[in-house]
Amino acid sequence: MAQASGGAARPVLEVEGITKAFPGVVANDDVSLTLSQGEIHCLLGENGAGKSTLVNMVFGLYRPDRGTIKVRGEEVHFEDSGDAIARGIGMVHQHFQLIPVFTVAENIILGNEVTKGAFLDLDSARRQIDSLADRYGLAVDPDATVGDLSVGEQQRVELVKALFRDADILILDEPTAVLTPGEVDDFFGVVESLTGQGKSIIFITHKLREVLAVADRITVLRAGQVVGTATAEGATQQSLANLMVGRDVVFRVDKAEADPGAPVLRTQDLRVADDRGVETVTGFDVEVRAGEIFGIAGVEGNGQRELVEAICGMRPTAGGRVEMLGQETTDWSPRKINELGVAHVPENRSKHGVVAQYTIADNLVLNRYHHRKFSQRGVRNTGAINAEAQELVEQFDVRTPGVDAVIDTLSGGNQQKVIVARELTGDLKALVVAQPTRGLDVGSIEFIHRKIIELRDRGVAVLLVSAELDEILSLSDRIGVLYRGRLAGTVNAADATREELGLLMATGSSEGQR
Amino acid sequence: MNGARNANAGIGRAASQIHRVLTEAWRLQPLYVSLYAILLSFVVGGVLISIIGVNPFTAYWALLRGMVGGGDEIAGSVARSVPFIGSALALAFAFRAGLFNIGAEGQLLAGGITAAYVGALSWMSDLPGIVAIPLILIAGTMGGAIWGGIPGVLRTKTGAHEVISTIMLNSLVLFGVRWMVNSRDPVVLRDTESTVPRTDSISDTAVLPELVDSQPVLHVGLFALVGICFVVAFVLKRTTFGFEVGTVGLNPHASHYAGINVNRVIVASMAASGAFAGLAAASEISGTNGFFQPGTFFLMGFDGIAIALLARTNPVAIIAAALLWGSMLSGAPLMQQEADVSIDVVRIIQAMVLLFVAADAIVRYLFRVRELDQSPFKATSIEGAV
Ligand SMILES: Nc1ncnc2c1ncn2[C@@H]1O[C@H](COP(=O)(O)OP(=O)(O)OP(=O)(O)O)[C@@H](O)[C@H]1O
Ligand SMILES: [Mg+2]
Repeated sequence: MAQASGGAARPVLEVEGITKAFPGVVANDDVSLTLSQGEIHCLLGENGAGKSTLVNMVFGLYRPDRGTIKVRGEEVHFEDSGDAIARGIGMVHQHFQLIPVFTVAENIILGNEVTKGAFLDLDSARRQIDSLADRYGLAVDPDATVGDLSVGEQQRVELVKALFRDADILILDEPTAVLTPGEVDDFFGVVESLTGQGKSIIFITHKLREVLAVADRITVLRAGQVVGTATAEGATQQSLANLMVGRDVVFRVDKAEADPGAPVLRTQDLRVADDRGVETVTGFDVEVRAGEIFGIAGVEGNGQRELVEAICGMRPTAGGRVEMLGQETTDWSPRKINELGVAHVPENRSKHGVVAQYTIADNLVLNRYHHRKFSQRGVRNTGAINAEAQELVEQFDVRTPGVDAVIDTLSGGNQQKVIVARELTGDLKALVVAQPTRGLDVGSIEFIHRKIIELRDRGVAVLLVSAELDEILSLSDRIGVLYRGRLAGTVNAADATREELGLLMATGSSEGQR
Repeated sequence: MNGARNANAGIGRAASQIHRVLTEAWRLQPLYVSLYAILLSFVVGGVLISIIGVNPFTAYWALLRGMVGGGDEIAGSVARSVPFIGSALALAFAFRAGLFNIGAEGQLLAGGITAAYVGALSWMSDLPGIVAIPLILIAGTMGGAIWGGIPGVLRTKTGAHEVISTIMLNSLVLFGVRWMVNSRDPVVLRDTESTVPRTDSISDTAVLPELVDSQPVLHVGLFALVGICFVVAFVLKRTTFGFEVGTVGLNPHASHYAGINVNRVIVASMAASGAFAGLAAASEISGTNGFFQPGTFFLMGFDGIAIALLARTNPVAIIAAALLWGSMLSGAPLMQQEADVSIDVVRIIQAMVLLFVAADAIVRYLFRVRELDQSPFKATSIEGAV
């Protein structure tokens, strides 16, 4: 380790000419990349460009068809991730791999148990965890149950888990996609202290602002090939976006003044409890009219999930009422609400949005498989289903070898596009969207935003819930801030400033500290 | 030493070859684990037989002749297999909905006793066969459906897990029918003329026509159960209800989101499962036994679990798996007679089949499946790169 400093940092990881194909797609085509010690190397690219595939090979989860991987100058052939871990490689996945009912300490030592005789030595594990936490500023409570932790905390657990196995090459696959802005800042603090102590990091993200803030070097993939490398200095958000997508990208979609019509969706004193029975929506009033986008901003965990689920019929209300299109729909079934013309893009992609083992076609008709168009006398019309799927895949630019591919083989962003495609089509009156562009690349975000605005202009009432303040600001006509389960304030988007919204989100009042 | 290593390599090569033929030539990819499991079980069974001091080939030859050695043997084997189709479907259908129905044993009894009761009603003899036979089959099916539906309802209303409730319902119905058939005071369903505990004989009009006078009798119930397999395959693959069942089985949260009535699907799937067992029981009562005895369906429900898993819950593959299962049982007596190998050896082989199917890692390891499995991937990668 001593000879590391001085002069050009030697590469700790060299990927040379890697090719990997899946049936129907070449996910990586002759990809090369080097990672120097202490470096943050950003991997950029459209949804389906092959970023996850590449790092999965480095972590031993897939085997390359061709090409070599060298760790500290030595060629390696990983059979599984155990081999990669043994070489000091750690990975935090796009979807966390923690066991919710275990404690933090148990999760961290899982698979690498510290034992004393035949027993787990949780005490010494706890001590090690504490010292890691100190060293890198990763505050975790070893005795907390993982299921009770926020997403940001779970992510810290994943990091500690990797460090606990002595990883000094860390792969982070879209770590910031699910974090709140405050958590992102903390996270970058951690990343800095990691590289400061000699760790090297491969960092995948779709947020170009983050790339420019932390990257030492940037590699851009498109359709499995490296299309460019850059350093953070020379690059701008626009230049990176254009390189990724291969065309000019618009960050803020133009939209005309809203022309709101009659109220479509209304809640009165709505109260909803979460899974533990705690009331997290505590008297929520809103009115969304046809042809307007009402954005709900707020720090995650202020009742967003419960609010959306209650409106869409997926969660029983604890009080108050929901009205849609002039009818009371409180506690209606999801099917009945959907048949009114209310679409819902769920926040949790893998839990609610898709059936992982189903094909793209079946996922695209997941909630309308029973419509006359797709089934006659109880028999499914596969021809019509596939035709519809084919059309949506083309329209929404889902990158896939075919509509009969299992959705689990799609990249994360392309799965999201399938959900959005399903929900944004049909005869809609209202649209409830939660985190619609989470994990999408800049080009796709632009496209989805255009679609939502198009629906608004056709008279659809849109309720948008997003943790991305930029998304709220650029899409909404009116913005409400959700604070502790109720609206802390409503502002016209035209007059809204980041500062004012930030203050409302943090304190529930525009006057600041109460 | 060297010989052993050579033999080992030889076995490995042979195994790879078998794998290639099965998956590529016969396109049996989804079922290969099952096929290897059967093969492996017979090999281990053979070792067992030679330990007893019998030539395994002699024993297996006798077994094979007992299974399919002639027209009568074949008919008997098929007849023995028919009810297994129903009990296997009972597990398989619920399994698609994400439910583990291990209550086929009880659902068979519930269906059987209902069929026997209805079949023996005095007015049945006034009906023509074309009415009486469907009636007895429907009665048994309903009996099974109700007994299967109860755990479904319990699951949706109280959250009681179906594994626990089906086990309890198995005991409940077993002791229930025993009492009904045994009791002389009061007489419930016992045929008081008979020395053995059994119900009254069903009316002649309710007897399913015989196809072959084999041992046991092969009757028209065969068509009913084979037909049901194809119906179930169609329902699962092509209908909206099948789509709902599959969706609930794979992701109940997404099902709820998509507007599927998850509770309704759970109850319906459990009831349908019970119905298949009930139909199997009714067809046996009507076509084979003519009356109900508590021991008739002993272990048939549990064998159904093994058969369904062997068929990877594929309804059409269940026909083949049930035929194998039933004919092994049917052929075993000849093996005992001619080679002096106990019938229990067949039971042991069957138990091993289940073990290997359940623990498919063993099979994958032995047949180097993992390595070979990627060959289609490799093929495309070469294609893709050019
Ligand atoms: N297990 C798999 N089987 C088949 N195809 C796969 C598999 N994994 C990935 N692919 C395909 O490989 C391509 C690259 O996927 P990958 O997940 O690497 O994209 P990504 O760059 O990480 O995208 P995202 O930003 O959306 O996460 C996609 O076309 C995807 O459909
Ligand atoms: Mg990815």
